[in-house]
Amino acid sequence: MNTVSTSLGVPVSASSRAIQLALAGFLGIFIVGFVGFSHMEAAHNAAHDYRHSMAFPCH
Amino acid sequence: MTFLRNVVLVAAAAGLLASLVMTALQAYSTVPLILKAETFESAGEATGHDHGAPAAAEATGTEAVPAAAEAHSHGEEAWTPADGFERFFFNFLANVLSGIGFALILVAASEFAGGISGWRSGILWGFAGFAVFTLAPGLGLPPELPAMPAADLAARQVWWIGTVLATAAGLALIAFRGTVALSILGVALIVVPHIIGAPQPESHDSPIPADLHHQFVVATTVTNLIFWALLGGLVGAVRSRFFGSASEARGQLA
Repeated sequence: MNTVSTSLGVPVSASSRAIQLALAGFLGIFIVGFVGFSHMEAAHNAAHDYRHSMAFPCH
Repeated sequence: MTFLRNVVLVAAAAGLLASLVMTALQAYSTVPLILKAETFESAGEATGHDHGAPAAAEATGTEAVPAAAEAHSHGEEAWTPADGFERFFFNFLANVLSGIGFALILVAASEFAGGISGWRSGILWGFAGFAVFTLAPGLGLPPELPAMPAADLAARQVWWIGTVLATAAGLALIAFRGTVALSILGVALIVVPHIIGAPQPESHDSPIPADLHHQFVVATTVTNLIFWALLGGLVGAVRSRFFGSASEARGQLA
């Protein structure tokens, strides 16, 4: 599967497109995981109201 | 990597806007309820609400602190933003970061499925995000206020993550695989975490009045619904605006 298609306005091969999408998805999971789930005390305190407001498990 | 750059651009634009709106909504809906709950927290410290730091109990024991202002200190070593602007600012920062994070997840998932073809199908994608990240985990683990009893944090986080993954997989099977068998499997995946059940505290006795908690559950659920609908709609709108007809959205959901 190396068909070149345009996606989001950019010509890109199917496999490279999938890898880049997966990268973007993992970046998102990493960010949400750090902000919402990190056990680091300072990170927890900084994002405290946010964690409660998002209904993330807290404390 | 131009494609990745565009994905990140779309996600950053939509995530930033949606989280700005969410921060404003939270300032009026959820945060006042959190502050109110913290006034019960000093009274509730004795009921065994573990804040993860023995210093917190000490602090409330030795000084008769004005409840809302200091009862919520999480231990003396750990940095905590000061109440007022600093606390608001860090809440805003957390919202923006995670808004962009959720947007990245949404854009990646929707592009794998063929792309969102406009703001209206974007809102449907947003509802899916709401179901996955708020509704499903919230059934077993309703939004908590400070000072409420809760089971072990790590166990709840594991259940939360498992429920999110199972619900997302279940919805994807139903939406993108046209067979009855896989749809039934999808529904089963969505139901299973609730049969297993979320970790619950030993006792639900709480210093927080039930009506305050109920208000908070409603406020949290509704602000998250607005956030997700907005995020999905923005991703749909931004995607088609920025990249116009060049994007060939198959839009199975549209």
